[in-house]
Amino acid sequence: MPQMDIVARLLAGDRRALARVVTLIENGALETRAILARLHAHGGHAHIVGFTGSPGAGKSTLVMQLARELRRREQRIAILAVDPSSPFTGGAILGDRIRMQELAGDPNVFIRSMASRGSLGGLAASTRDVVRALDAAGFDTIIIETVGAGQAEVEIVRAAQSVVVVTVPGMGDEIQAIKAGILEIADVFVVNKADRPGADQTAAELRMLLSLDEHRKERAWRVPIVRTNAMTGEGVPELADKLAAHLVMLKDTGMLASRSGQQARSEMLALLHQALVEKIEATIGVDEWDRLVADVVDRSRDPYTTADELAHRVGLGRTGPAED
Amino acid sequence: MEVIYTGIRQTPQMIVEAAIQEDVDAILMSILSGAHMAIFPKVMELLKAGGVDDVLVMAGGILPDEDVPAIEKMGIKGNFGPGTSLNTIIAFVRVNINPDRLAHELTPLAQSAEETAEGAAQ
Repeated sequence: MPQMDIVARLLAGDRRALARVVTLIENGALETRAILARLHAHGGHAHIVGFTGSPGAGKSTLVMQLARELRRREQRIAILAVDPSSPFTGGAILGDRIRMQELAGDPNVFIRSMASRGSLGGLAASTRDVVRALDAAGFDTIIIETVGAGQAEVEIVRAAQSVVVVTVPGMGDEIQAIKAGILEIADVFVVNKADRPGADQTAAELRMLLSLDEHRKERAWRVPIVRTNAMTGEGVPELADKLAAHLVMLKDTGMLASRSGQQARSEMLALLHQALVEKIEATIGVDEWDRLVADVVDRSRDPYTTADELAHRVGLGRTGPAED
Repeated sequence: MEVIYTGIRQTPQMIVEAAIQEDVDAILMSILSGAHMAIFPKVMELLKAGGVDDVLVMAGGILPDEDVPAIEKMGIKGNFGPGTSLNTIIAFVRVNINPDRLAHELTPLAQSAEETAEGAAQ
């Protein structure tokens, strides 16, 4: 597939082209930059929703039900399901499609599994760029399902516009919510398996914890707690309604625009950083880099002077204030 | 290796749809029902119609010896029976995968730079 042709085909709705672009992004292929540069102008329309929460909370099933509900509302949906890579072998078993079988055969649903490939924080490093490709491909809602290891999934906030945190009654998730900073990142809380005993109590405890969060009181959004039963689909229409309302709020308050600005800044900084590293690598090579690192470790060199010298060698100015 | 496990009772349509969306390098079909001579041609037909021509297609399970030549002729390789070791299957995948599809590796320096950049850009 020639490179420019692949972009045209992706934009025209060719799913193979889209899938191939996602692979290229995941693998950090050289042609990815040119492709993403062209796709950027075509994005900005999708609602990007992140799902996080403990394993076993029912995220995959809930995502499947939400996708079905959004299909009823005539939306086109993309689902990005991230699963962890083994820290020992680097391999992964990606099993989220098992829960998504009801969505099979619908050309307006695109499901892609991704391995975290060593990235911490619940997402793959390439997630934002993959979302960019899905956005350009014309989906109305892009759902990102994280690994959900139960840690602070700060990553998801950088990638998504609306974050859903899924909890289950009786798992002590209320305590996890305070510890992990999950409270601050949630735009919608879901108590799934709400048919189980303790659902009311869990919802009440979450409400109490949310009211303690000082930041919230100033914000334009009161975090809803939605009770769902992902097996039956109960509560899912309400979840869809709350997500739609959240997007409206983000637009009306200008938060969507300011968030996009922050994202653009951080992306460009990351790209510049990468360019610098590539320049250094091309100038001195990996072996000399390793030697310099070893010298800094054994204290025969210091990092400041070394960085300074490298900056000069690649044509930049000094890294610190000039010496007299 | 990243393995996408789709679950049981997959139709040919579901198999090919997943293969396309996930842009897989290989499809491994495990079949115990005896319906392989009905299902396999359908899978190959749908792959062809979907423009998928560079993917390794393998099968395993209950595959009678007399059917294997016909299955191989469809373009399906491996055709392992019960008791085949995991290592045999893995080795077969590695050897037979289309080399044009293999991943692009980052250099070590670029890789650690990515990790640093993510932290720096927060």
